Amino acid sequence: MVVLAIGPGTVTVVALLLIVLALVYYLVSTILALSTITRGLDEVIASVTEIVEKSAPVNDVVDAINGQLDAGVDLLEGLLVKKAGLVDAVGLVGGLYPGAAAAGFRNVPESTTIEAPRISEVYTKGTLTLARLGREAPIAAANPAGPVLRNVEGGSLAARLLYPSVRHTAPAELPRSPVIGTDAPVQYEQRDDIGAPRKRLPASHVGGG
Amino acid sequence: MTLWWIGDAVLLVVVLPVVVYLLYGVLSAARSIVPSVRSIAATAAAGSKDLDATALLLTTQSQVEQTVAGVANYGGSLDVIIDDAE
Repeated sequence: MVVLAIGPGTVTVVALLLIVLALVYYLVSTILALSTITRGLDEVIASVTEIVEKSAPVNDVVDAINGQLDAGVDLLEGLLVKKAGLVDAVGLVGGLYPGAAAAGFRNVPESTTIEAPRISEVYTKGTLTLARLGREAPIAAANPAGPVLRNVEGGSLAARLLYPSVRHTAPAELPRSPVIGTDAPVQYEQRDDIGAPRKRLPASHVGGG
Repeated sequence: MTLWWIGDAVLLVVVLPVVVYLLYGVLSAARSIVPSVRSIAATAAAGSKDLDATALLLTTQSQVEQTVAGVANYGGSLDVIIDDAE
């Protein structure tokens, strides 16, 4: 009876109803997802706006800093070239910072073609030796004679050897002190006279001297 | 009557699955965007926080100015004290 009651019109209505329900479900879900996306994009926009605002003055400040540093470099390079001469100035820079002489000075283009003199030719031998004694001496960085002379970790031995003390050449382990007490490995007999009254000599001996 | 039944069958067997498939695709695409947007938001917030130190550039600028001024004074003194090379 029920089957007979279902006609093609009823099936059409049911099919359309199913389609509408699917449309409603999926479209509402899509709307919710898009709403979430919109909120997330709002947060992104806010953060990006902060980034733009915070980074806006960076260019000007960095340009100003670079300008100041350029002025400082120009000043120092000009002073060095003026006081030491171009050739010696290149040699000094090459001695302080190995390889820097090849780059030359920024404001003196011909400095790149100058053959930098060796640092030993700029400084005297005594100055170079004193510089090598210092571990942080920059002019000793590229010394062809090798590493610095002073060993900062074991340097105390060289200083101690300067003094004629036999303690520094003594055996590494001296005899240990004896162990005393009731648990000592070597027990000594207690002397009877310790703690006893002192023996008195006869009166003749006392007065006979 | 027969054509109506055929139309109903087509509606149920063809149209409804196609509609559901297309809508499901749209929903899946929309939902796949959500994690990406959240990660972008977190990254942008972190980037904005990293830029909090840019205000210190003003201090750096001031320090550089003072340092270069000191170097200039020192260089000027050396210029007076030391003779020129030539």
